[in-house]
Amino acid sequence: MEEKPKIGVFICHCGVNIGGVVEVPQVVEYAKTLPNVVYAEDNLYTCSEAGLSSIKEAIKKFNLDRVVVASCTPRTHEPLFRSACIEVGLNPYLFEMANIREQCSWVHSREPKKATEKAKDIVRMAVARAVWLEPQTEPELEVKDSALVIGAGIAGMTAALSLAKQGFKVYLIEKEKEPGGIVGGLYKLYPTLQDASEIVAPMIEAVKSHKNIEFLTSTDVADVGGYVGNFKVNLTRDGEKMELNVGTIIVACGALNYTPPEGLYQYGVYDRVITQKELDEMLKEGKLEKPERIVMIQCVGARKGEIRAYELTAFPKSDTANLLRKILKAKKEEGWPYCSKICCMNAIKNAILVKSQYPDTDVVILYGDLRVYKEYEDFYARSRDLEVRFIRHIEEIPPEISKARGNKLKVVTYDMLAGREVEFLADWVVLSTPLRPRKGEVMLARMLKVPISPDGFLMEAHLKLRPVDTTVDGIFIAGTVSGPKDVSESIISAKAAAARAATLMANKKMKTEAITAMVDSDLCMGCGLCEEICPYGAHKVEEGKSKTIEALCRGCGACAAECPRRAITMRHFGDQQILAQVQAALFHEGFGTEGV
Amino acid sequence: MEEAEFEPVIVAFCCNWCAYAGADLAGTSRFEYPTNVRIIRVMCSGRIDPTFVLSAFRWGADGVLIAGCHPGDCHYVKGNYMVEKRFNFLKEVLSHLGIEPARLRLEWISAGEGGKFAALIRDVTREVKDMGPSPLKKVWSS
Repeated sequence: MEEKPKIGVFICHCGVNIGGVVEVPQVVEYAKTLPNVVYAEDNLYTCSEAGLSSIKEAIKKFNLDRVVVASCTPRTHEPLFRSACIEVGLNPYLFEMANIREQCSWVHSREPKKATEKAKDIVRMAVARAVWLEPQTEPELEVKDSALVIGAGIAGMTAALSLAKQGFKVYLIEKEKEPGGIVGGLYKLYPTLQDASEIVAPMIEAVKSHKNIEFLTSTDVADVGGYVGNFKVNLTRDGEKMELNVGTIIVACGALNYTPPEGLYQYGVYDRVITQKELDEMLKEGKLEKPERIVMIQCVGARKGEIRAYELTAFPKSDTANLLRKILKAKKEEGWPYCSKICCMNAIKNAILVKSQYPDTDVVILYGDLRVYKEYEDFYARSRDLEVRFIRHIEEIPPEISKARGNKLKVVTYDMLAGREVEFLADWVVLSTPLRPRKGEVMLARMLKVPISPDGFLMEAHLKLRPVDTTVDGIFIAGTVSGPKDVSESIISAKAAAARAATLMANKKMKTEAITAMVDSDLCMGCGLCEEICPYGAHKVEEGKSKTIEALCRGCGACAAECPRRAITMRHFGDQQILAQVQAALFHEGFGTEGV
Repeated sequence: MEEAEFEPVIVAFCCNWCAYAGADLAGTSRFEYPTNVRIIRVMCSGRIDPTFVLSAFRWGADGVLIAGCHPGDCHYVKGNYMVEKRFNFLKEVLSHLGIEPARLRLEWISAGEGGKFAALIRDVTREVKDMGPSPLKKVWSS
């Protein structure tokens, strides 16, 4: 090293996310004592406008040639800080992050002292690595101006149309014989009570007739290779194979309606216990004869996670609490832990439809919590005007359903507001069930290398900041594949995903990380091991020396680890950079600044 | 030193796409785990050179964890298979050096397995704690 590096360290409180656990000022003082650190400060939010300009000013003022930000994960925030560096002329590869939120304060909230010590260690490791960072230039990648959209429900079709209208070639594939997805099979949509077909049919027509869309039904993904800008996708269509080459992929393969297992609320035991979907079908076909009473049960198979019994602590001696205690000992109902968000509105919609057809029919909705957000409150009010009855029961105490005279079913439940058991004779019992993730999605997610959330849906790159991106560059998600959504929300996410994909494709080129292999031909003895192991064919031995084909190198670094002569250097993840970090993890002083 | 509870230092090499993301998810989900682990991010577990692991032990690590994508899930196709090969070889080397091979662990963590990551760190920490300080550390301090 010709000149001593000048490192600036910026430590983020992240509001109370870090500052509430880690003693940030202590870490700042510690950072100042580290070798080569010429400046250190703390910020309330380093990623805010104020935080970023503070970094930029410090770079100029103190002539910093390395920047370390100790805050959250580089997986979400590195690009932001890097661009701040670029703005003031510092090569972005001279920037390093210390993850003291996801990997420290958030997981050690009960051990603030130890967390503070660990944060110091993490900062020390980042500083040690920063010393050895080198400026890099990012290679450019071609991005093909064609996209694959998987799934032709409303989300997939919306995304496909949006891209096609912008002039991109779109391959829209659907596993089933017919497009339309879940909405295609519905009768009327809330809150407009418009026929679903009014929305879906023109969309299907548009998709089929658009010149930029190649629409393939009965088609499934067999394999996905390549990377952003140049994905190679193998499809199977009625047993035949097809190969595509696309720049971006939008996954919109939707969710499924949850079908309760036989016996849950006597579903499958009595014919007149049905799901909202089945009621919807009956209404669509005009098959519902005038009933005297319909009882609907909410949250069947949804929100069946941990029981949050507020009553137990607030009113421990109440009858409700006594009942709850009994229930807590009983078996938990099968189902999904999340709120599916659409079931409340769906039940109200069907209740309104029944009421408008048969005003004398008594419609009773049994609910634990009712969630009618934003403008849907009006819709709920409308159902109350139509005298739909809402009865709050205790979710953990499932209503009992038994056969009564004739076609009637007896429903017994505990009315929380009345504080007693109530009994209904119903012609139909209708179960409101959630949307659930598809099983086949797991295989697809694996092929795409997109992670799956604990609930089983495909996971977004960041819940708040990147809701339609995945962690894989060039792959986006639309509609219910990432969790329950209603029609308007699915369309919003589809248009957002299309916009994100279009941004990449419109630029035609994108810069990729400069993390590639580099062979020192003086050291290389041409053994060819790197050529043998490289999964991308990025190494070629010519005239006794290995050469890297940079465009093919994806930067995994397996070759550098394997090379017997240590002739391969990985840019940005070199031996020295990693070893300095290892040493700093273990040494409190005297670590790796002079070479390890 | 004898009176205070032994707090091991464990160096964890995590691949960027699965294990590191899994560690992030453990954070986002607020799954608590002991503070003993120091995570080093590499792009792929296949990047891990045996000398990184040996150096960690040489410099006094009580345990080393290598965590990558599940078999068949590697972001770079087969890096995890390559590290598995090296892992088996490293265990052999460690036993010759008088370091319990159990101090080195190789685990597969996906980006969606925050809970598994936290559970793994709890497990690794407990195991290494039970084994006591690394024999090399004793050499260092004597």
